[in-house]
Amino acid sequence: MLRLILEPRAAPLRGMRLASPLIALACTVLISIPVLLALGLPPAVTLRNFFIEPLRTANGVSEWLLTASPLVLIALGESVAFRANVWNIGAEGMFTAGAIAAAWCALHFGASAPHAALLLAMACAGALGGMAWASIPAFLKTRANTNEILVTLMLNYVAGLALRYLVNGPMQDPAGLNYPQTAPFEPAALFQPLVPGLRVNGSIFITLGAAAATWLFFEHSFLGFQMTVGGDAPTAARYAGYRPAQLVWVGLLVSGATAGLAGMMEAAGPLAQLTPVISPGYGFTAIIVAFVGRLRPAGIIVAGLLLSLLYLGGEAVQMAQNVPASLARSFQGELLFFLLGADVLVLHRVRLRRS
Amino acid sequence: MAPRLELQSLSKRYASVVANDAVSLIVERGEIHAVLGENGAGKSTLVKMIHGAVQPDDGAILWEGRSVRIANPAAARRLGIAMVYQHFALFETVPVVDNIAVALTGRFDRRALAARITALAARYGLDVDPWRDLHELSVGERQRVEILRSLLQNPRLLILDEPTSVLTPQATLRLFEVLRRLAAEGCSILYISHKLDEIRALCSAATVLRGGRVVGHADPHHASAADLARLMVGASPPPVRRASHARAAAPCLELRRLTQVSSDPFGTALAEITLELHGGEIVGIAGVSGNGQRELVAALSGETPSAPGMVLLDGRPIGAFAVAARRVLGVALVPEERLGRGAAPNLSLADNGLLTGHRAGLVRRGFIRRVRVQGFARGIIEAFDVRCSGVRAAARSLSGGNLQKFIVGRELTLAPRVLVVAQPTWGVDVAAAAFLRQRLVDLSRAGAAVLVISEELEELFEICDRIAVLHAGRLNAAKPRADLSIEAVGLAMAGSKSVLETAA
Repeated sequence: MLRLILEPRAAPLRGMRLASPLIALACTVLISIPVLLALGLPPAVTLRNFFIEPLRTANGVSEWLLTASPLVLIALGESVAFRANVWNIGAEGMFTAGAIAAAWCALHFGASAPHAALLLAMACAGALGGMAWASIPAFLKTRANTNEILVTLMLNYVAGLALRYLVNGPMQDPAGLNYPQTAPFEPAALFQPLVPGLRVNGSIFITLGAAAATWLFFEHSFLGFQMTVGGDAPTAARYAGYRPAQLVWVGLLVSGATAGLAGMMEAAGPLAQLTPVISPGYGFTAIIVAFVGRLRPAGIIVAGLLLSLLYLGGEAVQMAQNVPASLARSFQGELLFFLLGADVLVLHRVRLRRS
Repeated sequence: MAPRLELQSLSKRYASVVANDAVSLIVERGEIHAVLGENGAGKSTLVKMIHGAVQPDDGAILWEGRSVRIANPAAARRLGIAMVYQHFALFETVPVVDNIAVALTGRFDRRALAARITALAARYGLDVDPWRDLHELSVGERQRVEILRSLLQNPRLLILDEPTSVLTPQATLRLFEVLRRLAAEGCSILYISHKLDEIRALCSAATVLRGGRVVGHADPHHASAADLARLMVGASPPPVRRASHARAAAPCLELRRLTQVSSDPFGTALAEITLELHGGEIVGIAGVSGNGQRELVAALSGETPSAPGMVLLDGRPIGAFAVAARRVLGVALVPEERLGRGAAPNLSLADNGLLTGHRAGLVRRGFIRRVRVQGFARGIIEAFDVRCSGVRAAARSLSGGNLQKFIVGRELTLAPRVLVVAQPTWGVDVAAAAFLRQRLVDLSRAGAAVLVISEELEELFEICDRIAVLHAGRLNAAKPRADLSIEAVGLAMAGSKSVLETAA
């Protein structure tokens, strides 16, 4: 009988670590063809509607950047945590916490404060809100050695329920006919569009700035170096005297700050108020973005644009061809699946063996 | 009768180097055959080809007169070839008995196997509890597991790679008895080592490798150690020079009744360890690993802090200080595990210099000064003759000896007041070992206090001014080397109290 056996390679395949995201994308497209056929859809037209049509108009490009921006920002923060083997799965909750904190600012000071100061205050509130949410798993991990994967994951649901409570109670719009939502933010509390008529706004510069800062952090800061050592060789980090607790705190606070800021950008941008559901799963998709982008800022920007296109494409085919919305989600999952599979093959080779 | 194993001009090339170039070798039945050579001479590659872990590019392997292709270690096992690797191939998270079971075929009966292990261990004096998880074992204990695992396979050819570096002299003699008995029973033994005295005592034939080629055959019973060394390195290494002993009057590092429960439930508790270490001297801690070495190193480095007054530096209590605070005060460590602890495997040498060298002006306001980091690593590479492709080489691409030279070089460049070194020359070739020992002596003569924890008694006797023995978590009083004999220390390592009764 022939058996397939995975053997570790002596060295990873050269160049393949960078090529594997592209191979994963190609496999995702390939596997989608029989799926689309099974759904009774012409693959060529559907793929065109999915990947090309959304970008053919200025509005399409605007929406593309608007969706990519929070994904990239969250993934940048996640990459800091992931590099140190701090597994923060709670960006969705931190995003929500940041949006709530920013909305509180907007509702309290929206009528009186000047535009720039208000946006700055909201950004600070968003980042702090995300960090506060992230400090819970950090505290529990460093004090009680809890598993941060479980704690951050569960806190996502707590944050979601807290938001639901707030928009149904303390933060509900008094003039809102009892709809579960906050009052619409004053114009002073909103980012101005970059181009009149399009929704993309100045917040994308925050994301670009964060990408530059993350690059600087990893490439040139000693703390970034410590995070990398802590993830790559934890025993060596302990030997050198790097404190594991510090790495956990930095990883979680940075990813909390970026997720909270992304929540603020969404609240002060396309949402302009809070409703019971404010995120189409950005916090989870950003995990895929971070890994597809190889935990590097430039890669994360490219991956964020790619995953954002999957969101837009999913909506486009939904409208144009009445395709179920879950198709885009399944594409995301396939992409991650193939990426992880490609990584296994980069590090291992498959051999046929007679048993 | 055909020889047990015959290699006919085996060659193996890697991308940049020829690891083995037309190596031929004959091992007779029941022969103990030595393969001598420095690190990088090609011993490991040769052994891996015999064991099926690597395929030769050229040449033939004849097993008992029959040409064979050994596709993998399992095929080697089926032929009757067993291997004790220098770097252990064991699973961390499961007990000893499971580690041994994976190498055996037949019914999986842990109870019966544990009984066999215990019996075999008692017969050969290789004490191991079959139910302990592997990650709790010291390096020395792990090697015993490797040896036991091989012996349980009833091999016809047993390959041992530097097997005695973690054994006491008495245990080494016992192991030799075992090996001689195995040979008398017809098992052939391929013995990889650089310890010339052992080879002369044990082996009946020797093949010497240098630069991937066979440079000579010798009869170790008749050749002198100097002859073998010359064959192996091309020239014999210089003896360690020791300037006269200029020891500081006041102790630099003091341990006062250091008592600590091990964080590992199967570890060894430290019991009232008292030691004074002065600037200008080297003190050796002898002992078989698993007797508290790991715990002592962690207590000294700060990885497991103790009560403040149990560790003093220049009279200042630092027992509660963590690693970083102690490093600032000049307490440095060269750990036993080089790859993974002393160095991060995937990072470059430049980054591994930064790992602990960041205090030497390599970081300013939180930012790394890349040019200085590279200069720091380049300085170490030059001053310590580290053979590598440059500062960008990943730590794991270096041989054990060269990586150790880099790590020792890094810590010495930081000019420590106290240097703790665990197993400084474990698995390091003769020339590099002599070099490292000389550097440690030089460091102490320049005024630093050096503590060497080693299982190699010859090494301790070569470089140390005073020697103490750690056994079962207790340390007896350090005595001047001149007052001690290797035999006495060896007996104390095995737990004999009468020889080195704790004296003032």
